[in-house]
Amino acid sequence: MATPEIRSIGSVTYRGPGGADERAGPDIDQMDADTAYWLRSLTASGRERDTALVRLHALLLRIARSEARRRSPQFGVTGPELDDLAHQAAADALLAITTKLGQFRGDSRFTTWAYKFVVFEVGAKINRHHWQRPGVAMDGQAWERLPARFGMQPEAQLDWRDLVAGVRQAVEQELTERQRRVFVAIMVGGMPLDVLAAQIGANRNAVYKTMFDARRKIRAALVADGLIKESTSDQTWGRAT
Amino acid sequence: MTDWAALDHLLRTDPLDAGCGRAMELLDVYAELLRQDGDVARARYPQVAAHVRACGPCAEDLEGLLQAMEQTN
Repeated sequence: MATPEIRSIGSVTYRGPGGADERAGPDIDQMDADTAYWLRSLTASGRERDTALVRLHALLLRIARSEARRRSPQFGVTGPELDDLAHQAAADALLAITTKLGQFRGDSRFTTWAYKFVVFEVGAKINRHHWQRPGVAMDGQAWERLPARFGMQPEAQLDWRDLVAGVRQAVEQELTERQRRVFVAIMVGGMPLDVLAAQIGANRNAVYKTMFDARRKIRAALVADGLIKESTSDQTWGRAT
Repeated sequence: MTDWAALDHLLRTDPLDAGCGRAMELLDVYAELLRQDGDVARARYPQVAAHVRACGPCAEDLEGLLQAMEQTN
């Protein structure tokens, strides 16, 4: 009987042919051939690993370039600047993948898991480096632009004035300082959530949670004031009767 | 989606919403399932489905991941 080949990546043990380690994480033999190749080669040593890293980087760069192109119209970044961003994203994704390889559980194909990192990197870099708009001030003009941001028609002016006033009052009376800052920056100023997270030194999840609580409070206040209806579908705006 | 419906969509919250952290953790698994069968994906991971309906950045990441998978498969 051949000696089982066991490779350790971080806290996870991958079993080779004949392995029987029941304590281990994902079984490399149960994975698709492509995933098994990546795991074996990235946990090898010497030339085998180096070759895999070069191949993986090339794959990540290809995805980074296409993802950067897909997102670029929103930010107006093109040409060498966009390509530079893709290179940075691919390099950072490769580092993240090799660092976190031990966390890969085999719940998806390895490449899908790896692409996730490069997609995150491209999005974060585009948002943080290329969102160039002036700071968001909680002033009357910013609030006046709110209806236009949502495509509201001028003929509905009376309706939306009531509602904007209601939202603004709820922001000022119901929210904490942090919730107010996050809500105004994102909802009124149109700032991408990731940009705001970077500016205030928080992660996306923390900012989303703050925004989630703010949305819930504001909607509850608008319902309590009769400005919107409670119904869970086909919500219509305007004063409830 | 038009006028007030867009603002309403942004104010509504779903108690099932997983939040960005959990959604980002599961995004690769969810994306693969979504490509196979959207209904199954949403039924198996309702918290992730609720989150990507409400979170623009995570929805954008999911779209990017799906396109990356499409390119290389």
